[in-house]
Amino acid sequence: MTILLALLVAILYATGVYLMLRRSIVKLIIGLVLIGHAANILIFSAAGVVRGRPPLVPEGMSGLERPYADPLPLALILTAIVISFAIVAFTAVLVRRAWQEIGTDDLDRMNTTDR
Amino acid sequence: MLSLRRADPGMGYHAARGGSLVPMLLVLLATLFVTALAAPAVVRFARPAAAPILAIVPALATFWLISVAPGVLRGEPIGLVRSWVSGLEIEFALHLDGLALLFALLICGIGTLIVLYAGAYLGTHPQFGRFMAALLGFMASMLGLVLADDAIALFIFWELTSITSYLLIGFDHERADARKAALQALLVTGLGGLALLAGLLLLADAAGTLRLSDMAAARPDLPLDPRAAAIVLLILAGAFTKSAMAPFHFWLPGAMEAPAPVSAYLHSSTMVKAGVYLVARLDPALCDIASWSRLLVAFGAATALIGAFTASRQRYFKRLLAYSTVSSLGIMVLLVGLGAPQAAAVYILAHALFKGALFMIAGVAEKRTGRKDVEALGDLRRAMPWTAAIAPAAALSMAGVPLFLGFAGKELLLKAALSAGWAAPFVVPCVFAAGASGVLVALLVAWRPFHAAPEAGALPVAAREGTPLLLAGPLLLAGLGMLAGLFPFLGARAITDAAALAIAGPRGTGLVRIDVPALAAPGAALALSLASLVAGVLLYRARARWRAIAALGGVIDAASPQRGYTAALDGILRAARFQTRLLQNGRLRIYLFVCLLSTIGLVLLAAARTGTLPGVPADDVAISAPDLVFLIIAAVAAIVATRLRGRLSTIAMLGGVGFAVAMLFLTFGAPDVAMTQFAVETLTVIIFVLIFHHLPRFAVFSGPWVRLRDGLLASAFGVLMGGLVLLVRRDAVFPPISDAFAARAAPEAHGRNVVNVILVDFRALDTLGEILVLAISGIGVYTLLRLFIRKEREA
Repeated sequence: MTILLALLVAILYATGVYLMLRRSIVKLIIGLVLIGHAANILIFSAAGVVRGRPPLVPEGMSGLERPYADPLPLALILTAIVISFAIVAFTAVLVRRAWQEIGTDDLDRMNTTDR
Repeated sequence: MLSLRRADPGMGYHAARGGSLVPMLLVLLATLFVTALAAPAVVRFARPAAAPILAIVPALATFWLISVAPGVLRGEPIGLVRSWVSGLEIEFALHLDGLALLFALLICGIGTLIVLYAGAYLGTHPQFGRFMAALLGFMASMLGLVLADDAIALFIFWELTSITSYLLIGFDHERADARKAALQALLVTGLGGLALLAGLLLLADAAGTLRLSDMAAARPDLPLDPRAAAIVLLILAGAFTKSAMAPFHFWLPGAMEAPAPVSAYLHSSTMVKAGVYLVARLDPALCDIASWSRLLVAFGAATALIGAFTASRQRYFKRLLAYSTVSSLGIMVLLVGLGAPQAAAVYILAHALFKGALFMIAGVAEKRTGRKDVEALGDLRRAMPWTAAIAPAAALSMAGVPLFLGFAGKELLLKAALSAGWAAPFVVPCVFAAGASGVLVALLVAWRPFHAAPEAGALPVAAREGTPLLLAGPLLLAGLGMLAGLFPFLGARAITDAAALAIAGPRGTGLVRIDVPALAAPGAALALSLASLVAGVLLYRARARWRAIAALGGVIDAASPQRGYTAALDGILRAARFQTRLLQNGRLRIYLFVCLLSTIGLVLLAAARTGTLPGVPADDVAISAPDLVFLIIAAVAAIVATRLRGRLSTIAMLGGVGFAVAMLFLTFGAPDVAMTQFAVETLTVIIFVLIFHHLPRFAVFSGPWVRLRDGLLASAFGVLMGGLVLLVRRDAVFPPISDAFAARAAPEAHGRNVVNVILVDFRALDTLGEILVLAISGIGVYTLLRLFIRKEREA
């Protein structure tokens, strides 16, 4: 299974990077979202996957029995999902504003201040 | 690092009049700096009388200096030591000896006249306050420079004079020429300043003291030190750039872009003499190093000659005076190098008096006639009788006519040149040429416009006499030059003698004072002096022909260091522009491309060097059919998303990836993550639909080759990251810390969901940070949306 997850990580990174290399700023955002997914799965599968055993301590017990899904990367991914949502929401609104002001979604025509 | 012995504070000083005098040096400096800061306010509130009010401070400083002069001249210098940077054993030391007194009197005395002159010259300028601040700031820095007895303090004041003079030269900052000249002066003197700092630190290290007045006696064997050559070269680089020695002389004529008061002050009597002062101050410590004296003589004489030749070809007031100043600076350096301190001191004083006066007169003539070309003017004595009367008084001193101080300077100079030994055959012609050129310049500046008939066909000039305040300075300076020449027993002789003793340093005990009467005794020196006078007059009479001949010297211009400076500056700017265009091209995808390519390359390099290859982990989970479905959905949706051009279909694909990934989380024991992902994914899709709805269809901006290139890079990066997953799985080095979290969640944090416990308890601060990010993003989104709703309403 790990090898398939690794393949998915590869595809998500490749598509995400490809989209970020485009000139359209909307595609850049979509690439950002895809790379976010890719990073989450990278962390997820790097810790080793376990089928159907969430890290929930059963009633009446004080600890977990192996094997169980590693809770630390899951906590990290939870944080990452929320933060990437915040970033994507902000960027999307920013792009909308930029389109309204500049009338283009071509990054090459938005970079006058960078020169 | 410097290893300095801590000198006994106040060692070697005799407080001339008890302890009360000692802090006066500090008070003097501080008052001048404060006056500079207060100048804009004074100008604002007392505009018509501002200059006379401000002139009170340097005038008082001058009187104080005169009042302490007798003690200093008796050989009782005033000193002051304050602890400064105690960790580095640096002390702030001031020292007023004969040499410092000569310069301090010039700085404060001429400074007073310049402040008055500037008030009359520029008083109505809207930025006169700024001008006075820079001028007084310069005066204070210059005074600090000549009073400093500590190498570090000397360097700081040295740099302060560079900066304030930058502000003064570029005062008229709306003109490109003035800005360029100011920058050039700053760069040349600033670079020299850096060399000077290095040289001073090396010298202080070699001598074992930062105290300038201790350096001469500190190391009798300094010439044997392996650093001696470096010390000499670095210090001379600083002194020669500041004093416009060839080949660094090119910035001085450019600096004439400054208003006339600045030229008269900085470029005749003070700033350019800072290099001469430095050379004179360090001569006692360094004169035993053979290269020091030789370099001083060689560069001094060469500069005197080049300055004299270039000056003789000019026709504009300020250029004539600027190049003749270059020539004179060369002579001063030459005199220090020849070991003729008395001649140097007299020449410095004489030059400051006549050149200051002539610069001020040139300023008056330029301002009152609107002409810069001396040949375009004539018979100004009718319109400007006072100016016409004062100008020759200064010019006669410059020409070295008997009875004037300039004559004494020239006499001593020629005597020193004639007794220069091996260097005499080279030095004497240079000095003679400088003398003849000086006579020519004096005639052109002070005689030609005022007393000769205008050129046939010259346009009539409307001239008005200068105001009394404009003429007071030149009158006083020219008068002093005459009095000091006529009555050498007045103060001037005592001051120059004291300065000469200070320049001579420990050698001074054997110094023989040469008496120079107003009318010299016959001898070779007198003959040469008179011959150069005649040569100058002849040059003046035949100047049209001389300019035609001298124009052949235009080859010098072609090889001039000015060109080197321009080429170097252009080269630096071109290189900067090139690398900015290359590195900061404003294209995100190129930044990304470079970063990713470097990452891939570095990782591959590391893998190749360690021979690491990813493999399949041993303890893997078996694949089930539903997993496969979600994996394929996510992969296909992601790939399709790169190809689509419609907005909604792309968003649908994005949603597909998100939900499939969430299902994978759910399958592999992460229900919390899956729930969050579902919620966030739904929100993301809604936001995208709402926002992208307003955007156009995606355009394809890049050609097929670019897309192929990007595709290859993206694939390579994907493979790299996929490989990373496998690598990490196989080579887990450390045992996971999650066991501890799992074991402590229920008993210690009273939570059964370990992920939740980590988020809200074990790593609660991280979660707080996350909430903060979310809140900031929310505020950002809200603000942007409100902005554009308001805009739409207005539209």
